[in-house]
Amino acid sequence: MTTTPYTMTPLRYRVVARRPDTADVVTLDLDPLGSPVQSWAPGQFTMVYAFGVGEVPLSVSGGEGHRIVHTVRSVGAVTAAICVAPVGTVLGVRGPFGHGWSLPDRGDLVLVGGGIGLAPLRPLVRTVMARRHRFGEVDLLVGARTPDDLLFTDEYDRWRESGISVHVIVDRAGRHWSGQVGVVTSLLDRLRLDPEITTSFLCGPEIMMRVIARNLTDRGLTAGQVQVSLERNMRCGYGVCGHCQYGPLMVCRDGPVTDYATAEPLMAVREL
Amino acid sequence: MNTPEERPTLAVWKFASCDGCQLALLDCEDELLTLADRVQIAHFTEATRATVAGPYDVSLVEGSITTPADRDRIMRIRQNSRLLVTIGACASAGGIQALRNFADVSEFRSIVYARPDYIETLDRSLPIGEVVPVDAELRGCPIDRGQLLDLLTAMLAGRRPHLPDRPVCGECKLRGTSCLLVTGRAPCLGPVTRAGCGAICPAANRGCFGCYGPIGDPNTAALIPALRAAGLDEDGVRRIFRTFNAAAPAFADAARGEEGEQR
Amino acid sequence: MVVLTGLTELVARLRAEGYRVVGPTVRDDAIVLDEIQSADELPYGYGVDAAPGRYRLRRRGDAAAFGHSAGPQSWKQFLHPPRRQLWTADRDGGSFTVTEPANPDERLALLGVRPCDLAAIAVQRRVFGEDSDYARRIDQAFVIAVNCTEPAEVCFCVSAGGGPRADTGYDLALTELANSRYLVEIGSETGSALLSQVVYAPAEPGDIATANDQIRTAENRMSRALPDTDLPGLLRRAAESPHWDDVASRCLTCGNCTMVCPTCFCTSVVDTTDVTGDHAERWQGWASCFDLDYSELHGGQVRTSGASRYRQWLTHKFGTWHAQFGQSGCVGCGRCVAWCPVGIDVTAELTALAATSDIDQPVPS
Repeated sequence: MTTTPYTMTPLRYRVVARRPDTADVVTLDLDPLGSPVQSWAPGQFTMVYAFGVGEVPLSVSGGEGHRIVHTVRSVGAVTAAICVAPVGTVLGVRGPFGHGWSLPDRGDLVLVGGGIGLAPLRPLVRTVMARRHRFGEVDLLVGARTPDDLLFTDEYDRWRESGISVHVIVDRAGRHWSGQVGVVTSLLDRLRLDPEITTSFLCGPEIMMRVIARNLTDRGLTAGQVQVSLERNMRCGYGVCGHCQYGPLMVCRDGPVTDYATAEPLMAVREL
Repeated sequence: MNTPEERPTLAVWKFASCDGCQLALLDCEDELLTLADRVQIAHFTEATRATVAGPYDVSLVEGSITTPADRDRIMRIRQNSRLLVTIGACASAGGIQALRNFADVSEFRSIVYARPDYIETLDRSLPIGEVVPVDAELRGCPIDRGQLLDLLTAMLAGRRPHLPDRPVCGECKLRGTSCLLVTGRAPCLGPVTRAGCGAICPAANRGCFGCYGPIGDPNTAALIPALRAAGLDEDGVRRIFRTFNAAAPAFADAARGEEGEQR
Repeated sequence: MVVLTGLTELVARLRAEGYRVVGPTVRDDAIVLDEIQSADELPYGYGVDAAPGRYRLRRRGDAAAFGHSAGPQSWKQFLHPPRRQLWTADRDGGSFTVTEPANPDERLALLGVRPCDLAAIAVQRRVFGEDSDYARRIDQAFVIAVNCTEPAEVCFCVSAGGGPRADTGYDLALTELANSRYLVEIGSETGSALLSQVVYAPAEPGDIATANDQIRTAENRMSRALPDTDLPGLLRRAAESPHWDDVASRCLTCGNCTMVCPTCFCTSVVDTTDVTGDHAERWQGWASCFDLDYSELHGGQVRTSGASRYRQWLTHKFGTWHAQFGQSGCVGCGRCVAWCPVGIDVTAELTALAATSDIDQPVPS
């Protein structure tokens, strides 16, 4: 049985596995205790409640069947409580909310994830892997502050084996880093693009998405071929509390994923 | 119930103040016994003489810093406290005693005391935050019992306390009080004053006198004409900003601006 | 159409049917909306002088119950309550149990809903949706509209696409005539059924014409107007206008405009625990886009300047509301103009924006 996501009352999920990814990022597997939420699509988010602490929006980073996987960075009281939740903890979940990524039927794909922004791209990577034969070139560009901040590193080989070119770059190298150092844009510069058939998916800090999106459109992609995942103060999840407004968008309802044609004029306005 | 060793320790400290904010804790009668099960009250002279040595998980600090000795004492308390929370207008802005910040303290001292040389005092009443880092502040003169309980329960649950940065106007509207300024009933600092009190004064037909201090970005300049229209003269405007949060920069500037206009 | 003499019996009948009757009454130098026990509590003989930033009661020369304009509150006080509990939760072994409060089967009777406020109720209903508590509340309510014969100096419903005559969304609609006589129009079967239980008389010759005259006069008395232009387009173009800084220099960012607005719907939730830590609650309360923490993200707020927050309010109300909900968010009730402590007038600000925007337009060569 599934229920409508349009409610402020959470359903209970139990933490069944917990994997620390980095010093401040943890991935949790959640299974429903009773009724599950509706099935989700890559790019969507849920609202996760830690008992007595509060609720935050978290994008779904994976999960089969009724399982939901979240990859959480500890940035405040609620995310801190979720990050330290041991296996067995019961959390509240509402959702899933919003629009996810819109994957075309064919063509080339460029996925760009900065920092925790790789989390909502992970289920998209999984979907692409399952239908890999339909697409041409598939490139995944991953950026992080330091090598220690890279997410899902144990999965890159599997992604590569399935025919996805994974490119990794960090802002600051550690002692044991032999990979690339710099900003994600420089990875993009080295990529050969066929603007006619490429669709791009960006998630990361807004400034990163703007720079990448501009780079892509300069190279011939239309703004409609670039999808970005926006962040605003999502609270209710279904467009009735107002907090996540971004110009005409209610990001929780009309986003978080939108095309750059919609986002570009909004990103250009200060304090919108 | 936690064993005493597991309970987080709570200390309550007094500096230059009237004790009224500490009393807000004693006023939590219904919750106090349960609270005592969950926290160890390690230092609270309004309630008990017994004292447990630090360090403390939470220190609630009432009052402002007015003497060199108190300045040293708050630094020691800070070193001994995981979280330091100020309670009340004295601690967050210097209190009513910060009126002296606008005058010559050595002159007061010579007028008030027979032996002024016995009196060791700073020339300003300092908010705690000017001397040591503060983790959270409960505003008001006195603080609100509900906000104090929320702070303590939030601390126990690992939650961020609910201390919204919005003006008193929001609370008037929530309880259905018609605007005093617009109906011409009283001058009111509500539009520039931090909420948290539940807008109790306007509900009793009295204008907000700003005891919670300024919101994050008060537009006092825009409010002053409305205060005048509600019946305050220049001196009245200066005085309304010079009460319990006289030394809060936004209110101090507003009052000083009026002095400038008088000249 | 029929005529009621006095409203005593109507209010008593509604209460006898189990309705909680809410209507205008005088409190703290204003006409507020509150539960009334009898029609005696209506504000007979009171009028209102309203201007930007100013609201004063005055005695009228007659005993009209509805001879006043919009007050500091709107019906959202009852239909979209300022504060409500969404659920409670209790620890239960290693888990917790969430309990929603039972839907109160309280039925409201809203007495004296002006056409602007009927429009506002329809706007909020669209925001919350047909499946919402809001829709349920208004569907259960008995709505008695009052055609507006007394617009205030701050009103502009006509230019907001409405008007002083109620056309839909009511069970009964009254037009107040002289000597406590009320011309009644029936808007629903529920309205008809209730009316059949009270004493009424057939309308006298001239009653309907008098009512129509009064409503037409009200329409012509509307002194304020929105600029006659494409407001969503204007506001889109004006996103970086210097005029926002001009408004911000006058604006208190107190949020009073949003709180008195009958369509503003924003809320925040607060999660709490009690002292034991085993009982949690979630409460919902009105929020304002003027609150600093409204646009909070980790790392800070998006809209910190007063200019950006005023722009958000005005642009949402008159511009982006169309994109979000397919209509304007403004019904022209004038509350935001009267209840702004510093008298900022949305019609004037939009007019100023329209003027600067025209200057900014490239001149065709």
